[in-house]
Amino acid sequence: MAKIPLQFRHNGRDVAIFVDGGTNLLVALRELIGDMTPKFGCGQGGCGTCSVLIDGELHLSCLTLAETVAGRSIETLDGMKQGPNLHPLQRAFADNFAAQCGYCTPGMLMAAKALLDRNPSPSRDEVVEAISGNICRCTGYEPIINAILAAAGGRVSA
Amino acid sequence: MTRHRGRGMASINYPIGMNLGGDPSQALVHSNPSGKFTVALSSIDLGQGMKSVTRQICAETLGVPVEDVYVDTADSDTGPHCMGSFASRGTHRVGNAVMAAAREARGVMMEAAAEELEVNAADLETDGRGNIHVKGAPHRSISTKDVAIAAQFKQGKTISGRGIFLVPLSNVDPETGEMSPATCYAHACLVAEVEVDDETGEVAMVRMDSAYELGRALNPRLVEQQLVGGAWMGVSHALYETPEPYYPDPVHGPRDFVEYLMPGPGDIWPHDIAVLERPAPDGPFGAKGPGEMCANPVLPAVANAIFNAVGVRIDDLPITPEKVLRAIKSQGGARPQARR
Repeated sequence: MAKIPLQFRHNGRDVAIFVDGGTNLLVALRELIGDMTPKFGCGQGGCGTCSVLIDGELHLSCLTLAETVAGRSIETLDGMKQGPNLHPLQRAFADNFAAQCGYCTPGMLMAAKALLDRNPSPSRDEVVEAISGNICRCTGYEPIINAILAAAGGRVSA
Repeated sequence: MTRHRGRGMASINYPIGMNLGGDPSQALVHSNPSGKFTVALSSIDLGQGMKSVTRQICAETLGVPVEDVYVDTADSDTGPHCMGSFASRGTHRVGNAVMAAAREARGVMMEAAAEELEVNAADLETDGRGNIHVKGAPHRSISTKDVAIAAQFKQGKTISGRGIFLVPLSNVDPETGEMSPATCYAHACLVAEVEVDDETGEVAMVRMDSAYELGRALNPRLVEQQLVGGAWMGVSHALYETPEPYYPDPVHGPRDFVEYLMPGPGDIWPHDIAVLERPAPDGPFGAKGPGEMCANPVLPAVANAIFNAVGVRIDDLPITPEKVLRAIKSQGGARPQARR
């Protein structure tokens, strides 16, 4: 079967790849572009660790057909830090001990970024809602919720 | 339909590590000519923070800044032997091995420094900031980096140390069956408050209060993180998780994360934790280990809270709405017990 040419923006950079029909975005990012920050958890939309932003909107890359992102802008955790500095959310995750094994962290950070980009000062309930599609096995969620609230607080006072 | 509140408690003694084969772990510590130290382990950090804690233990024992220590784990082909990361043994067993290795390395480092300063090693002390000086005479000083360079290029010494920790073997007394399965116990007490819906059988966590005695908390933030996350896992075991809901019948078993139930971020509850520090005589700097015990008291406390709320005693995990509802029906309705 012929490969399909595909172009899109990946963390602000234009990329062009050839994909097989039916390839999902997670596989395209990890295996064809080499961005290993979106993780493979369940492969069926149940865990959230493959979360990426497509034109600023939160999506599960394992359930997104790669062909559908032609011409669109994809953000992953790999593009989050600002030059040599951590993004305020990454800083807040470290300060609040919001990661243990770290496997859910990329998805949690993308879900948190999607929230704060559209709602810079969310309530606790809004934070809970924003990460409710992401499974964490280690932290009990509390440190993650606190980290996102702390990052939002820092942004408001800055 | 009524929602009934109930409170239950549980307390535990938790043995650190095991006794099988003496439960040994080994560590090797050596310096580079830069004056930085490497700890070689084959013990694995799964995210609990063992790399951070063993780094602290090594730096404190050597008397050098924590930034000057690097912990290299994760290769059991090339690292010194470790039994593994389980049974809450990491901080205690591996920590003790690292401490022994760092103590031996410190001895060589002080001997090398003594040769450079032309004094007796017993008269030297470390300042914890990367310098070694004569006691009472801080100006007669040498940096650990210069000691490492002198050891490597001038004296021909390796600043290194070996460490192992092995618990005393305890055989079973053939007459009484008595033995000592562990040398060190941590303790916890936990109170859980739940709300049980007598129409649906659903159990919601309301709050939790716990006290943990786990020796000295070498890294209090990591300890707290373990206890918060572990309590979540305990509730998950108590109320949600099972691969075999109708064991031994495999029908209705979960196939994936969509069907395998766990509490989500919207189901969590306030949890107040008190950490009591009673240093363990055989622990590194008095530490025991907060590992598995952070989930253990949760299960009986939740089961007791459900009994307190509606008078049903469920002894089969997880305590699903179906089991609660069947039990309530079979006793002819909810029977709230006295609040304590």
